[in-house]
Amino acid sequence: MAKKASSENITCYHCGDDCDREHVIFDGKDFCCNGCKTVYEILNQSDLCTYYDLDENPGISLKSKKFDDKYAFLDNDEIARLVLDFMDHDIAKATFYIPAIHCSSCIWLLENLYKLTKGVNHSRVNFVKKEFSVDFNPEEISLRELVELLATLGYEPNISLDNSTKKIVQTINRSLYLKIGVAAFAFGNIMLLSFPEYFGFEGLELNIQRFLSYLNILLSLPVVFYCSSDYFKSAYNSIRQGHSNIDVPISLGIIVLFVRSLYEILSMSGPGYLDSLAGLLFFLLVGRWFQNYTYQGLSFDRDYKSYFPLAIFKKVQDTYTSIPVGDVVKGDVIRVRNQEIIPVDSILESEQANIDYSFVTGESNPVSKRKGEYIYAGGRQLGGSVELQVVKSVSQSYLTQLWNNDAFTKEKDDRFTVLINRISKYFTMSVLILALAGFIFWMDKDLQTALNAVTAVLIIACPCALALSAPFTLGSAMRIFGNNKFFIKNVNVIERLLNVTHIVFDKTGTITYNRESVVNFEGEVIGTEDLRKIKTLAMNSTHPLSRLLAESIDESTDNISMEKFEEIIGSGLAAVIGGDNFKLGSWEFMKLPDAKKSTAIDAAQIYISKNTKLLGRFKIENKYRDGISQVVAQLKSRYKFSILTGDNKAEEQRLLELFGSSATYKFEQTPQAKLDYIRSLQQQNENVLMIGDGLNDAGALRQSDVGISVTDDTTNFTPASDAIMTSDAIALLPHFLKFAQTSHRIVVAAFIISFMYNIVGISIALTGQLTPLIAAIIMPLSSISVVVFATTVTNFMGRIKKFI
Amino acid sequence: MSVIIILIIISVIVALFFLGVFIWAVKTGQFDDTVSPAIRILFDDKKQSKSSEENKKGDNTERSEED
Repeated sequence: MAKKASSENITCYHCGDDCDREHVIFDGKDFCCNGCKTVYEILNQSDLCTYYDLDENPGISLKSKKFDDKYAFLDNDEIARLVLDFMDHDIAKATFYIPAIHCSSCIWLLENLYKLTKGVNHSRVNFVKKEFSVDFNPEEISLRELVELLATLGYEPNISLDNSTKKIVQTINRSLYLKIGVAAFAFGNIMLLSFPEYFGFEGLELNIQRFLSYLNILLSLPVVFYCSSDYFKSAYNSIRQGHSNIDVPISLGIIVLFVRSLYEILSMSGPGYLDSLAGLLFFLLVGRWFQNYTYQGLSFDRDYKSYFPLAIFKKVQDTYTSIPVGDVVKGDVIRVRNQEIIPVDSILESEQANIDYSFVTGESNPVSKRKGEYIYAGGRQLGGSVELQVVKSVSQSYLTQLWNNDAFTKEKDDRFTVLINRISKYFTMSVLILALAGFIFWMDKDLQTALNAVTAVLIIACPCALALSAPFTLGSAMRIFGNNKFFIKNVNVIERLLNVTHIVFDKTGTITYNRESVVNFEGEVIGTEDLRKIKTLAMNSTHPLSRLLAESIDESTDNISMEKFEEIIGSGLAAVIGGDNFKLGSWEFMKLPDAKKSTAIDAAQIYISKNTKLLGRFKIENKYRDGISQVVAQLKSRYKFSILTGDNKAEEQRLLELFGSSATYKFEQTPQAKLDYIRSLQQQNENVLMIGDGLNDAGALRQSDVGISVTDDTTNFTPASDAIMTSDAIALLPHFLKFAQTSHRIVVAAFIISFMYNIVGISIALTGQLTPLIAAIIMPLSSISVVVFATTVTNFMGRIKKFI
Repeated sequence: MSVIIILIIISVIVALFFLGVFIWAVKTGQFDDTVSPAIRILFDDKKQSKSSEENKKGDNTERSEED
């Protein structure tokens, strides 16, 4: 093993990163850090280097990953039980969410884990969900060892408080597949067996014809009693609640089709309409499947539990034991380490802590806290580990209390179903009136024809095409959105997007970059030599602002020595560098009586002085996302805007330039205040679209009519919302809103087409001339043409708008 | 002519068999994840060196079976 000082464009054999900071050569291969090299060594020893053949540089960068006793809590049986799906003395099963899974090599390595270590029996990866399920023998490898092995390889499982709530296994989707399969089976076979009837073979023996008809009845039984069950249930529920939904005429059609067919076959008066019945169900179910498409890799309903740790170290007589977070009670002393989230409201016991409150308040700059200060749950500790005294339990803490709000228990109403059901109410009424009119008209002449006409109207009017137009249009639109990194939870969101009148933006992380800031200098021009000294000084502090400042100066700090360095917590830094006295920090820390302080409330700032002379100040400002101003310009005429932020007024001027004076600005908003503001807008009959990113927006996202969470990377967790959008898709927001309207028009057009079919079909039905053959042609034809129309036109419009 | 009845019964039974296979496939979760198996099928163990093959032979024959 050898180390080189620098190299040009050599990439790591393991993870593909540049090897310019640290360059490790091992076994003739280049690695960017010791972590990557270690993984290679482990894999090499177990002959698992196929990992590197499947994909190029498949590994996950392991720079700055350390986990000493991070997973020690898994040794605690009580906590382990929360993580494990199943546990017996020599077999345990667990399912982990591993965000790092990204290529085929990942699947290969994780599924070959049994070659790497003893005790693993079997492992399986679900690539889309990034889930890793493993069977292992806890006597040979403990849960902690297993998780640590995964973390060493770069596949660190996500273990959070969410693990403690057991997931409900999804079976809904499977039953839909089954129903489609059964319906397709019945549809195909009944059609095949009806062929002699279609072609009107005269010579067919009567007993064969009857045999075929009975077989058809047999085949249609599972269609009526199994495949249609959801429609019957939904229709029954809606009638009981005193209103009509689209499933009522569908169920009516199914029942009439079946009963009339039974009657015709058993009375030997005709072959019945069983082929149409099976076809109808098949198309309806396929429509439902198309509409139910979900982004399995994304989760739309995360709450704070996904962010919070599962276990915490509790101090018991000078030693630390891990206990589940839910068991923490008032008065406990807990320890929280670097980068960990504080799960409960507490009081700081250690001397000092740096808390990143971006989750709670959206404020981007970390806050220094001193002993005895109150710390809200949801803050992230930066720096060393700290001890805290618990004041409130998890569910009663500041941030988590938000989830007790009734906004989280109420389901958002599905406006879309409201629309289609409104149409279907009139539809059902007019169909019933028409059927009755037909019956009265024919009754005088011929009772048989009258009954035929009534049933035929009910059969043909079954709003199959009507029920298909929306799922296929909106389903296609949803996929088009997905291709453009705008992932919606379900198709109902599109309908809700239409009615939006007011758009509310969160500031930090949504319209500004989350972790990037701009450091601007105001004051005299500083020479290169001084800049290098300032950087040296700033580098010696762990304070986040100093770090930012140090990173923003592109000078080398070689050969600069520093004396008398001192850091006064909460104030600033001072040192003697090259004979000059440098001070870096707050205004008060400068202690310059004659200098004048700038009065404007501004962003976070660091003053700098050299030998008691003020040089100026560094302003640390948010960096706004590209394209925000275009988005505002395009939407300004149609929507009202509000900006909500947990930050102070420092950025007010820039926001005003961006959004204009007509927008509403709210500063220093708590998570609860954001939710309340959305609610007050809704009480003024506004339909609110909320765009936010962090847990602090969770309440507002939930309360709004459409909540969109913005993320830089879809493998990150986002709070519960109706849609997830990558940050570069924000620029397309006006187009998304427009396209929602386009797809709505397509739905209406498809409705009209299906009405036309119904008018033709019903007029035939009213004459009493509807033969099974005509029904067998018209019904699938209308369904298929509506489906084709909806999908092609939607995709065509998507192409025109340059979405595909 | 009655032979056609027997043929139809046989054809329906064959169709039912395939429906049964489909139901089994859904129930065993083969439709739950349609992406990973497509990737998994492309893996092969050719790259293994001789020595390790001997070491791991017992394991491989026992465990490499797909379930």
